[in-house]
Amino acid sequence: MTATTIYSAKKIITMNPSRPDASHVAVRDGRILAVGDLAELETWGDYMLDERFADKVLMPGFVEGHAHTMEGTLWRYVYCGFFDRMDPDGKSWDGLKSIEAVLDRLKEAEAKMDDPDAPLSGWSLDPIYLDNKRVTRQDLDSVSSTRPIGVLHASGHILNVNSKALELAGLLKTGINHPGMPLGADGIPTGELYGPDTMTPVGEHVGFNRSLTDSDEQGLRDFGKLCVRTGVTTITDLAARLEDDSVEAMLRVTGEPQYPARVVPLKFFMGATAQETVDRVLALKEKATDMCRLGRIKAVADGSIQGFSARMRWPGYHNGAPNGLWYTAPEQLAELYRAALKADVQVHTHTNGDEATEMVLETLEPALREVPHPDHRFTLQHCQLADAAQFRKMKALNMCVNLFANHHFYWGDEHYRLTVGPERALRMNACRTALDIGVPMAIHSDAPVTPLGPLFTAWAAVNRITASGRTQGEHEKIAIDEALWAITLGAAYTLHMDDEVGSIESGKKADFAVLESDPREASGDALKEISVWGTVQGGRVFAAADL
Amino acid sequence: MIPVTVIGGYLGAGKTTLVNHLLRNANGVRLAVLVNEFGELAIDEDLIEAQDDDVISIAGGCVCCSFGSDLTAALADMAAMEPKPDHVLIESSGVAIPSSIVNSLVFLPSFRSDGIVILADAETVQKSARDKYMGDTVTRQISDADIILLNKVDLVSKAALDATRMWLQVQNREVRIVESTQSVVPPETVLDSFIGRARSGGEHFEATHLDMLTLMPQGAVDADALAAALADEGAGLVRAKGFVTRSDGRKALIQVVGRRYDVTDASAEKADGVVCLGFKDVMSRDALEALV
Repeated sequence: MTATTIYSAKKIITMNPSRPDASHVAVRDGRILAVGDLAELETWGDYMLDERFADKVLMPGFVEGHAHTMEGTLWRYVYCGFFDRMDPDGKSWDGLKSIEAVLDRLKEAEAKMDDPDAPLSGWSLDPIYLDNKRVTRQDLDSVSSTRPIGVLHASGHILNVNSKALELAGLLKTGINHPGMPLGADGIPTGELYGPDTMTPVGEHVGFNRSLTDSDEQGLRDFGKLCVRTGVTTITDLAARLEDDSVEAMLRVTGEPQYPARVVPLKFFMGATAQETVDRVLALKEKATDMCRLGRIKAVADGSIQGFSARMRWPGYHNGAPNGLWYTAPEQLAELYRAALKADVQVHTHTNGDEATEMVLETLEPALREVPHPDHRFTLQHCQLADAAQFRKMKALNMCVNLFANHHFYWGDEHYRLTVGPERALRMNACRTALDIGVPMAIHSDAPVTPLGPLFTAWAAVNRITASGRTQGEHEKIAIDEALWAITLGAAYTLHMDDEVGSIESGKKADFAVLESDPREASGDALKEISVWGTVQGGRVFAAADL
Repeated sequence: MIPVTVIGGYLGAGKTTLVNHLLRNANGVRLAVLVNEFGELAIDEDLIEAQDDDVISIAGGCVCCSFGSDLTAALADMAAMEPKPDHVLIESSGVAIPSSIVNSLVFLPSFRSDGIVILADAETVQKSARDKYMGDTVTRQISDADIILLNKVDLVSKAALDATRMWLQVQNREVRIVESTQSVVPPETVLDSFIGRARSGGEHFEATHLDMLTLMPQGAVDADALAAALADEGAGLVRAKGFVTRSDGRKALIQVVGRRYDVTDASAEKADGVVCLGFKDVMSRDALEALV
């Protein structure tokens, strides 16, 4: 018989309503044999008692339903963000509060580089917090005028480069006429590049090449470390192109004996027809392993609200910006939904603006009438601006939603002031409404757009505090228990995995988040400050301190 | 520089049919077609010589590639192809804003824009433009056009066609509207590279409302003034292309697409002559010859 380990804990929060709290959990073959008190577990026979968690709180391993493994890769670049952030090795990088501080950190990194021609790359710059002062090529030239430098913004949609990078791309010249490339007084680009059209030709010279969304092996390993540090045991990659090479790499890395997280990669619906995409995903599903759950699709309906590329219903953007862009036509989505429903392949659809959400709802409904599916769990991702009527529609269509709770903290003030205005800002990421209406709900970080950290995400949904410290949307707050549900079972449900993960109960994966204190007792900011000791994943113990 | 034509228009307007028509009539022009996706019927089967994941090889040295989410990268790949294509055709997605595709060419020094050709379905374009979700996208595509191919004209009445033409003209005042059935138009209408290439006479214009003539300047001309005049709506041209000699003796290449024109320096050995493609009922040889 295989060995049984019983872990004692200060407290075990099971998220299983029939046995909500326990003191011990028995693990066998990477799965939960039973949970309860020691006397109850002893009935299962021989065991080894492991007391290393005697002063810890165990929760189900967190499930992050919307992230990108590319965060692991980005940490090889210089962190230039405004907020403090922890890297895969556990080092906390101070947030940079001025452009000068950003330049100083880049200079420090530059001084350590050996190859004089190698590019220097930074990420997570956010001028919104730096008094909206724009970074120029001249600023970056002060770091180096001889090596190419590029700094990606937190949104991922803007890139700042120095003169050398422009020169290598053949763009250090006058006469360029493109809305995504502002010019300085000298008629030469300022070095700020908006959107993929302008970023791609320069990006390859500064370390941001076209395959950045495909995880490389080291990036994926580093991403795994971040999962351990944040208590995450199941995580999505939403989405990747999933070409053969990157699929092989993903299967290889997640198959390593010490890889600590179950990865759920979604195939991006782009550049192939609906049927081809479904067929490809069905083929990928055959290759899926316990640790790499291939077999789902992500579609994108519109852009982003802060980038003014989201599709908005009347009255549109608060500052009068023109309506955003469609990334996929309704006819194409309809074709995808029908093909995927027929093949029993799940589709997650990115919508940000409320018009995009409405379009998806109106497109899925006829597809479901044509191809009924009692438990499709098609999920709206972000869905930031949905109103109550749209949540009611989601409920009627058996849809799930994964709301971007972190966004509220990071860009909530901007939404209030600029993008959607006060009233609609209050209803953004309306967790309370979603739960009251009964839409199965998760909340997410969209890492690397905001930092991975389900407890922080839970805090954001519970408190709805913006970066400036205002509470925005008092009536859309949810309780701590509800937020904890959203980052475990709620997210697992959106992935059709709630039968395997998301709660601590007999038969499920032995996936635990090991915490230093009980999040249910955390008031105010304490929730996001809770220390994560590490995780147990598939019965394997990962201490953050030992990574 | 390799010319790039963007072919846009909403789903179902006939973009793929047009691309196949052009490939079938490439007549030695090496076309490289970039499509957003390989649909089931992206390229007619009888034209395909070979296919792997990313590239379809087509009879006559043409190719077709899908670009997915990264058009700039795909164009960079095209520029590196050996031998280089004579002309790149981008079949944009039904929701793409064509002017943003053309804007991005500025970063690709090997390419120049040969204009935006938008297909409009004569039967449905006005309805699409009223669509709750796609209406503004459709009207933006129309207003970006240098040339509109008003397609499927055989499916509508004369009165409906006139009304649609008038409506298009309101959306985009100076656009040149060429009518077509099943996306069949003289290839010169869409691609500047076809102009002036040897063909057996002009019989492919007979069934159309288009005609082509060659303007032979007598002596030096003001190239910029001539190009501007050819681009003026009153001249009745869809496209023009050719060489003239300036008063200082330098050769100039004139390229006109709809209301837009380019004048660039050309090598001295080029023979003078400007090929004009225009509407039979407006274009007048006398009026054009008066310009040179």
